[in-house]
Amino acid sequence: MQKVNRLKPFFENLVFEREDNHMIVNFGPQHPSSHGQLRLILELDGEKVSKATPDIGYLHRGMEKMAENMIYNEFLPTTDRMDYIAASANNYGFALAVEKLLDVEVPRRAKVIRMMLLELNRISSHLFWLATHALDVGAMTIFLYAFREREYTLDLIEDYCGARLTHSSVRIGGVPLDLPKNWIENLNKFINHLPIDIADYEGLLDQNRIWKMRLEDVGVITPEQAQSWGCSGPMLRGSGIAWDIRKEEPYELYDEVEFDVPVSTTCDSYGRYKLHMEEMRQSIRILKQLMPMYYDTTPELMAHAPRYFSAPKEQIMTQNYSLMQHFVLVTQGMRPPVGEVYVATESPKGELGFFINSQGDPYPYRLKLRTPSLFHTAFLQELLVGEYLADVVAIIGNANIVFGEIDR
Amino acid sequence: MAYHKINYLQEAGLPVALTTVDKLVQWGRSNSLWPLTYGLACCAIEMMATGASRYDFDRFGTIFRASPRQADVLVIAGTLTKKHAPFMRRLYDQMTEPKWVISMGSCANTGGMFNTYATVQGADRIVPVDIYLPGCAPRPETLQYALMLLQKKIRTEKASKKLQPKRLV
Amino acid sequence: MMRVYSDKVNVQKKPYYNDRFWVAPQVPRFEVESDAVFAADVAHLKEKFDIKEAYIEKDQLVVYINPNDNVEVLQTLRDELSYNFLSEHSAIDWLAKSGEFEIFYQMLSTCKKKRMRVKCFIKEKEVLKSVTSLYNSANWAEREMYDMFGVIISGHPYMKRLLMPDDWYDHPLRKTYPLQGDEAAQWYEIDKIFGKEYRDIIGPEERDSARINEEDTYRFARIHHEVAFGAKPSSEPTFTDYQEEGGVFIVKKLKKADAKILKERP
Repeated sequence: MQKVNRLKPFFENLVFEREDNHMIVNFGPQHPSSHGQLRLILELDGEKVSKATPDIGYLHRGMEKMAENMIYNEFLPTTDRMDYIAASANNYGFALAVEKLLDVEVPRRAKVIRMMLLELNRISSHLFWLATHALDVGAMTIFLYAFREREYTLDLIEDYCGARLTHSSVRIGGVPLDLPKNWIENLNKFINHLPIDIADYEGLLDQNRIWKMRLEDVGVITPEQAQSWGCSGPMLRGSGIAWDIRKEEPYELYDEVEFDVPVSTTCDSYGRYKLHMEEMRQSIRILKQLMPMYYDTTPELMAHAPRYFSAPKEQIMTQNYSLMQHFVLVTQGMRPPVGEVYVATESPKGELGFFINSQGDPYPYRLKLRTPSLFHTAFLQELLVGEYLADVVAIIGNANIVFGEIDR
Repeated sequence: MAYHKINYLQEAGLPVALTTVDKLVQWGRSNSLWPLTYGLACCAIEMMATGASRYDFDRFGTIFRASPRQADVLVIAGTLTKKHAPFMRRLYDQMTEPKWVISMGSCANTGGMFNTYATVQGADRIVPVDIYLPGCAPRPETLQYALMLLQKKIRTEKASKKLQPKRLV
Repeated sequence: MMRVYSDKVNVQKKPYYNDRFWVAPQVPRFEVESDAVFAADVAHLKEKFDIKEAYIEKDQLVVYINPNDNVEVLQTLRDELSYNFLSEHSAIDWLAKSGEFEIFYQMLSTCKKKRMRVKCFIKEKEVLKSVTSLYNSANWAEREMYDMFGVIISGHPYMKRLLMPDDWYDHPLRKTYPLQGDEAAQWYEIDKIFGKEYRDIIGPEERDSARINEEDTYRFARIHHEVAFGAKPSSEPTFTDYQEEGGVFIVKKLKKADAKILKERP
């Protein structure tokens, strides 16, 4: 909530005729700063929100139903469209869940490449968050600057997998390709320049009067609220709870790299902005450690499990049995064991979990996508109460919600 | 003050340019196409990227407007779901004539990969579409090319053609 | 013509070939005693409640409880066993097999760094108590569960469909619901926007993604053979360029030689 003496509207002493001053505002579902198709029904008491009712489902595309009617590899490109700002993070979460169900170990080089993609996606997502959040608050320059940097991350990802937005860059059991020539050099150039750019953004925003007025003490989340509403990722760490799945339940090689988990104890939007900036720096730190690790690995990209994964291309083309197995795996799909698995990964938005119930068929019997944004959007109904109407867009922008992920 | 080197009249060499009203009006319309900021899903991110620093949509005279009353082009950027379809038709109705529609991405064209109960199988079931733009998601260059094609289409149209009964979809 | 047999109670896609002798392996399950923390948790729960089954699967504890105890069990877990997050809560449809829903609560303890899953079975029309008073994250999870499965929840503050529109018929994630929707779903937007009488004008949805109709120029054009909307298709190639041959009034054309391409980041 904004401090009353900070922003004084010039019509402050205007008196409304009716006593209760209630007004109902319909926000969305098509609003430029609702970050997708969020509909909010806001009851206003004067200029303060007295009740907020988020309404979602305008982008519900039936992904869970699709998953039940698709073989596992077929569903992987669909996960791209969940959190479309960091598509590899979704691919990875799904691939990891299936790998855990199958109980296979991914080769080390694939792990390094995956981690590089994950961290690049994190940087790209945070830059996008900064750009749109700043645009909502009114800072157009940051939007243009952050998109410039984001294009460079997309260039790197495009170099690797050929797509800008929907990557499908991870396969179940590994990665499809090795890094192209000069990729590491380009990555090195990029991450050497990025800290300068981040410093630029901070120079523009940190002490900016408008930025501070719009963000400080706005959208305060207490640790109790964050726990009860199931917040995760930066929304949770912004409330002083140091919980990063990469650190606490390390997957891939996160236990071999050094990085810090930034935590903000101010619980407000400004603290979360600083946290996002710091997370980008930590991602750069991880990427720097990954580059030498890549050169130490052997060029194996897919796990060796003929029951589940096709053999390498050369082998398919030369050995009859591998070709047959490949044909069966493509047309019928792999059959994982009967059982259940829930795997959570730290996506740029928070805890991205995949719950798979397999009955031994090539199609999952039930696949539940646990997405962080859904819980953050649910939280809006409590978070927005008591805030000014003008701060609503700042809070929505700060919550870093993506609608592909909420409605699925 | 900046000095502009562009000499608009160098083609004819005279301080007079002769043209038809049609051409003049449609030239004006085609070079100031204002799209509505209508982001639905993944394609909206590419639409934003088109408007941002590297691709710079503004040089086509394309400035995003947040209100349908001020917009000429509806870029349907993303999956159109059945729950959202009435809203899109309403936004289309609120736009003033003349108006055009670009259907961006496979989802808006045909439903794309989302062949499910919740998605509209093609935005052309709801509104008439002028340009279909393939890709999932289309690159920013594709959107720019689509806009250029739309400009070309507009230039061939008559400015003052009698308003024919509008087709429904 | 013989009608193709289709399973009405479970319309999920089925593999077209099953090896008669193939038995799907089972994910290994371990005794609760193999993990000290989980063993203590289950022992604590067993003092108060009727635990039907408990095992460890993929490093996570799975506990089956009575559906009537759900609020009390979750309260014990939260207050006494420090499971402070309810990360996910949803259902699995077993109606075809046993007429039941399997409800799961995915819990997380950030102090113990452990995850567990509380599960229970309820009948189709049975009412499940809401746990919103304990965990607010259950608020939308329960609404979604009602929306997608039709699981009836009692004591929820605002029970309403979450993802689908309010006037939607049926619950999409049930196994009886087809992937491409029932009759009501297929005409939903047409009925809503134009009215039922427009169904014939607009026509049914094209659901076969592999179908190509070359005569149909209403929906798509052949690349490089584009014709006007609704016109007869032609085999004449069309030249597509973004500017007309003779140039455009007052608009300059970009000369490619003048363009500067940057190889390096400036």
